[in-house]
Parts: sequence; structure tokens; C-alpha cells
Amino acid sequence: MLFDILIIFFLLSGTFFVLSGALGVVRFKNVYLRLHAATKSSTLGVAGLMLGAFLFMLTEHGIISGKLLLGILFVLITAPVSAHMIGRAAYKSDVPLSKEAVRDDYKKTFNK
Amino acid sequence: MPFQIVLNIIIAIMWMFLSESYSFTTFVVGYILGIFLLFVMRRFINEPFYLHKVWKVLLLVLLFLRELIVSSIDVVKFVYKKDLDNRPGIFALPLEVEGNWEITILANLISLTPGTLSLAVSDDQQTLYIHAMDIPDIETSINEIKETFEKAIMEVTR
Repeated sequence: MLFDILIIFFLLSGTFFVLSGALGVVRFKNVYLRLHAATKSSTLGVAGLMLGAFLFMLTEHGIISGKLLLGILFVLITAPVSAHMIGRAAYKSDVPLSKEAVRDDYKKTFNK
Repeated sequence: MPFQIVLNIIIAIMWMFLSESYSFTTFVVGYILGIFLLFVMRRFINEPFYLHKVWKVLLLVLLFLRELIVSSIDVVKFVYKKDLDNRPGIFALPLEVEGNWEITILANLISLTPGTLSLAVSDDQQTLYIHAMDIPDIETSINEIKETFEKAIMEVTR
């Protein structure tokens, strides 16, 4: 019973964060802001979903699923790296910051 | 540190041979025994006890998770805001950490802190360029990066 509640909690919050991340990708204005939504909340969402699935497998079938734990680990490691690469590539190909941008320190040192 | 880990594994394998059962459980028991032996004999090895560093790594991982949760909630708040009036921008952060490893870990950590996303490292590895969702309230996170993250990383790697 307790585990059921825990599993439901993890699955629901995971789904919520993934959904919010997707909404953020649609709503935000440019690449850089979208990356914020795509990396943070969906990473946590996927981790929550996998944790829920792990607990379910453990309590219902008695399987310790190492794959799910490894999945969490790799999502945690790779999401920020890919965001870094996409952001840098966007800047290098002259994607402008949004109109409200107040500061750009990178421009001073940036040379093609 | 690698020397102590190898020693610990050797002790664990010797324990498996001594108790003549070659299962994972015996290995774990032997490993724990090895930790105890290394702890007792730590005076004879002229480097610090390695579990100390493992503990620091664990603290860093916990910091990582905490930042992830806090920043996700932060982004979600932004997503459901009625009007997006945030003012984004890129600021430069002078780096104290050195070397590829430390900078990589710091950049990953920063990408997961509230409102910040590491964008590029300068060629001389002295500055990190960070994209922030809302520049005006970023001062606190700069302090946090300086005070908490860089210290935690340097404790692990040095």
C-alpha cells in the first residue's frame, strides 16, 4: 500500500514535469530559453518515471532492474552536455538572443 | 587511492577463497571487511583513507540531485506564468577550477542550477559563458556557484 502510493507519486510527478517541459519548449521564445525547459524539467521527469518503474518492478515482480537505474544515470549525465552543445552551435550559427536580452558577454570575445 | 581500492578488492577475493563460497554476497562481505582492515591500518599507508573521498563524491551527487529538483520547479513556474516578461542574457563567469574534468563537472552542474545554462568555455579555459533566463535575479546564483559548487568539486578532485 505504502509502495503503491510512492509509485503513484513518482509516476505522476514525472509525467507532470515531462509535460511542463514540453509546454515550455512550445511556449518559450528562442532556442536558448527552450533549452532551459528541455534540459531541466524533462530530465527530472524522466528520472521520476524510471524510479517509479523501478519501484513497481521491485515490489510487484521482485526484479531489481539495473537497466532503469543506469537509464537515470545516463540521462543525468547526457542532458546537460547535449544542451551545452546545442546552445553553443546555435550561438556559432548566429541565432540572436531574444529582444528582451539585456546582456551579452560572449559577444565581446567571440570571433568566428 | 587506486592502490587502496585494488588492495580492498584483493582482500575481498581472498575472503571468497577463505570461506570457499564464490557468490556476490561473499564478495560484498569481504569488501566490507577490507574497508575495516584498511581503516585500521591507515597509519601505514601514506595517503588519506579513500572512503573519505568517496564520501565527498556522494555529497557532490546529492548536491547535483538537489539542484536538479530546485531548478525544475523553477522552470515549471516560468512555464505556467501568464506573461513571459523575463529578461535573458549571457554573462561571463571567471573560473577557479582548472583542467578538463573539473570544468566539465562544473558546466554540467551549472546547466542544472535554477535559471542558468552553460553555453561555452573560452579557449584559454578561464571563463565560462552562461545563459541566464532572468539576469536581474541571477546575482544569488553566481554566489552559489562560486561558494558551493566550485568548492565541492575541488574537494573531490584535489
